[in-house]
Amino acid sequence: MINFKNTSMNFLSNLPKNMFSGFVVSLIALPLGLGLALASGAPPISGIIAAIVGGIVVAIFGGSHVTIAGPGNGLVVVLLGAISTLASGDLYQGYLFTLAAIICSGALMLLIGFLRLGILSDFFPSSAIQGMLAAIGISILAKQLHVMFANTDAQGDTIELLLTFPSVVVGLFSQATASTIAAASIGLISLLIMRFHGAIRNPYLKLIPAPMWIVVLVIGYSYYYEFFSSETYPIATALLVQLPDSVLSGFPTPDFSLLFTPQFIGVVLAITLISSIESLLSIKAIDQLDPERRRSNVNRDLKALGLASIVSGLLGGLNVVTVIARSSVNVNNGGSNRSANFFHAFFLILFVLLFQDQLRRIPLTALAAILVYTGYKLASPSTLKSIAKIGNEQVFIFFVTIIATITTNLITGIFIGILSTLIIHIILNKSVLLFLSNAIRPNVLMFKEQAQGNYFVSVKNFSSFMNYYKLKNNLDAIPINGDVIVDFSLCEFVDFTVQEHLLGYQEIFTRNGGSFDINGLDIHGTSSTHPLAVRRLLSFSNAKKTKTNLTKRQKDLQNVAHDFEWSYNPVKLYEVNPLYSFVFFKLKKINFIHNQLIDEHTNFNVFDTEYTEGEFISQKQLRATFLSIKLKKTIPNFTLHKEDLLNFLYRFSGFKDIDIKDHPDFSKRFFLMAENKAEIEAFFTDALVLFFESNPYYHIESNGNALLVMKTERLASVKEVKALLDFGIRLHKIVSKLKYEPNLLKTL
Amino acid sequence: MNPCLSQKFKTVLIGVAFSPNLQNNIFEAMRLVDFFDCRLVLVHVGEKTKEKQETIRHLLSGFEDDDDGKVKMIWKDGNPVEVIIKSAQSTNADLIMLGATPREDILKFYIGSIARKIVRKAPCSVLLLIKPSEDLRPCRHIVVNGLNNNKTQETLCASFEFAQNLDSKQLTIVEEISKKDVKVIVQDNKSLLKSTLIKEQLSQKQALRVHDVLKEIPSQLKSAVKIKIQPIFGQRGYSIGHYAKIVGADLLIMNAPEKSTFLDRIFPHDMEYILSELPTDVLIVR
Repeated sequence: MINFKNTSMNFLSNLPKNMFSGFVVSLIALPLGLGLALASGAPPISGIIAAIVGGIVVAIFGGSHVTIAGPGNGLVVVLLGAISTLASGDLYQGYLFTLAAIICSGALMLLIGFLRLGILSDFFPSSAIQGMLAAIGISILAKQLHVMFANTDAQGDTIELLLTFPSVVVGLFSQATASTIAAASIGLISLLIMRFHGAIRNPYLKLIPAPMWIVVLVIGYSYYYEFFSSETYPIATALLVQLPDSVLSGFPTPDFSLLFTPQFIGVVLAITLISSIESLLSIKAIDQLDPERRRSNVNRDLKALGLASIVSGLLGGLNVVTVIARSSVNVNNGGSNRSANFFHAFFLILFVLLFQDQLRRIPLTALAAILVYTGYKLASPSTLKSIAKIGNEQVFIFFVTIIATITTNLITGIFIGILSTLIIHIILNKSVLLFLSNAIRPNVLMFKEQAQGNYFVSVKNFSSFMNYYKLKNNLDAIPINGDVIVDFSLCEFVDFTVQEHLLGYQEIFTRNGGSFDINGLDIHGTSSTHPLAVRRLLSFSNAKKTKTNLTKRQKDLQNVAHDFEWSYNPVKLYEVNPLYSFVFFKLKKINFIHNQLIDEHTNFNVFDTEYTEGEFISQKQLRATFLSIKLKKTIPNFTLHKEDLLNFLYRFSGFKDIDIKDHPDFSKRFFLMAENKAEIEAFFTDALVLFFESNPYYHIESNGNALLVMKTERLASVKEVKALLDFGIRLHKIVSKLKYEPNLLKTL
Repeated sequence: MNPCLSQKFKTVLIGVAFSPNLQNNIFEAMRLVDFFDCRLVLVHVGEKTKEKQETIRHLLSGFEDDDDGKVKMIWKDGNPVEVIIKSAQSTNADLIMLGATPREDILKFYIGSIARKIVRKAPCSVLLLIKPSEDLRPCRHIVVNGLNNNKTQETLCASFEFAQNLDSKQLTIVEEISKKDVKVIVQDNKSLLKSTLIKEQLSQKQALRVHDVLKEIPSQLKSAVKIKIQPIFGQRGYSIGHYAKIVGADLLIMNAPEKSTFLDRIFPHDMEYILSELPTDVLIVR
């Protein structure tokens, strides 16, 4: 039960922290709001309105905890396009039309939230989204570079803007006025502040975010001219922020006269698509930063964002999305609940009311510098580098999406990105059928293993961005402190998007005290050496499995080996003859063993194995993890297990059921089978019986000079491998202490 | 008398075609006759020739020393589906055996359109073998559905009959609980907690129900086999097949579907999932 008194006490005690965090966030939100609005071609105050409305509405109705809402980067491109084209060049009229589009898109988002369509964002492949974000970054960069160098009338599409940029720089040195040069220098210095703010070590100076530093410095610069210098402020009024005379009155009226024209509908759809994707991506990323590991209710958040966009549009503001940079600043400064979002809006109102005159002193070039840096961050080469590591095909998708987005528009761009991903997947698998015939079939089974309490998730056929939501629905239904095993051994193809998402889950589960293991990927071939590379069951012709290309599970196993100072060998071994001396493998065909943890001194060996049963190979293919312990002495052949599933096999090999005298409980719980009863009675001393009784159950078999230990007939998770090792080491200790002499028996 | 104690499978019917699979199909059928001590009806849709008769006689000779009329052969021309269904009706067959064809990649099996039609129209139980073989394959682990349905009792009886005759060691009763029954959509931590709780309650409720059904089954049938109950949340029909594949079951036993309509083939559910991708040998109990 939820203790309401406790939660409200908690809320109150956290209030100062959130107030402070909201204040720090408002320091960034102010310059960013102005800048994003300017970059969108809208009046600067519209960005602040969006942040204020977003802060208040989403704080009240939202479903996430530490996110901040406001005007978003991704929208700049769409909004600028809408404002400059909807009224064929008349920017103010275009702005009024766009406000109507923002209100409509808010209503659409509200609908998406009510229909619980938040899952739609899961249908976008990672690399295509990265490409789209990079394209947005390039577009912002292209336009704002001009503004930063005081060229505010630059026109044309992204490519033209990039091509004409060098001539602007040249023009600056040859024919610019003093005013332009001063403005451009402010822009350049602001960019340097953005770039090197991270290097500040002093915690108090660092507390003020870079954009606020820029604002404070440029305002101070203008006051210098007003009070100390005899010269006039060198920057022309056209290059300064314009605010309405009274921010509290004269809200513009949205113009709905274009309501059902195709152009207008296109803008509404684009705004909705981009704001939903940006918001959902941000929420997902911020949830992983939340120190309390709460899960956001994305559909409720979408409803709140939609409502906020409607209100914001009615007041003349831009639309409201969840923004990642401001949210992460919020988390870093101790924001712990939605009140931080509210306080960020509250401080913005204070700023606008108290410092209107000061805000009018900010040069546009300074704000452009902030946006140039934002654009650069979105399209930074490090994104490309990390994608290139995963595989060439991801680079291809990334670039196709960027080029398509820049040359057409965002919606066409992202859909071309999705299409190219699909085509790449088909080419990689050389099969359309795999995707066509299994596209709508369920492919995920999740169940709780009754004996161990693990959650076992098996994925079949293929697993890619197209059917990821099915896997996600199943994973979301597992308590986050549970032990999860995701098994891909029945899955022919696993793409990068799915693996990246799974890594996120892995973090959530391990941080909440659960465990999350991904099995069955080790046997797949890959296209590169990156751990998240696309994997499919039949090996890629150009890539051989290498030692460096380990899955997450293999790396974890390597670490386990390292902890024990053992060696680890992931390579598949096909020479496994000694294993056949165990009755367990008598009727099975071992295909290979791999992922070996080897201890040379005591001859412990943990390994995964794939084996088949039955005469016709395809009958049944199984994988399991075993521990084998070579012994220095001879012990009787026996097998000890709980289920009598395999008994026929052992009877077939001449084994008989044996009850140990004076241990009825042991005899009841375990099936002990062996060839020679006398040997077993001498070997199973009280100490050994007690050991088995007091430890968790394992299937154990002896072939005379080695022991084979197995938990269940499937691959073990890393956690289970550790438990297996611990059990094996203790078992080995007991067995080597036993004074069992086979020769002695014979003489009796 | 307990209905479970009377033998359910007294007459087995198998359609034979003179394909390379003929020998394996007949061997599988004869073994079943051996284990169940029942009668066998062989149906061939096509012309009766001396040659064919000779082949059949030769294949049967290994099993049947005393010609006591256990095996009957029917030769008939016509539509294969109709002939087999009619023969099953006329001979009072309790079980129709069908062999599946392996798919291009060896990991999957599917059954042809004729076999599918037979499954849908059969008046009795149907056994689908994914890989009929010459040699005996032990049937160690049987997976059976434990749906909340009045047919389940009969299906469980049949499962125990199979388990006993085939000397199976483990029988897992899978309850597929539809996600719709949970009624909570997981959106955040609170709804996750709620849905986990509801699932736990549903599993317990279903386990109690299965235990009640199990009580009705005579103990001599239950003694030799280990019984396990596994609740699964997922799409009906689909999840049990996937489960059978994961645990490496040798036989999957299911209730016959209520009624298959045209829509079911477009939006497959229940049986259609199993038929489109056989996880292992499947017995459909009617």
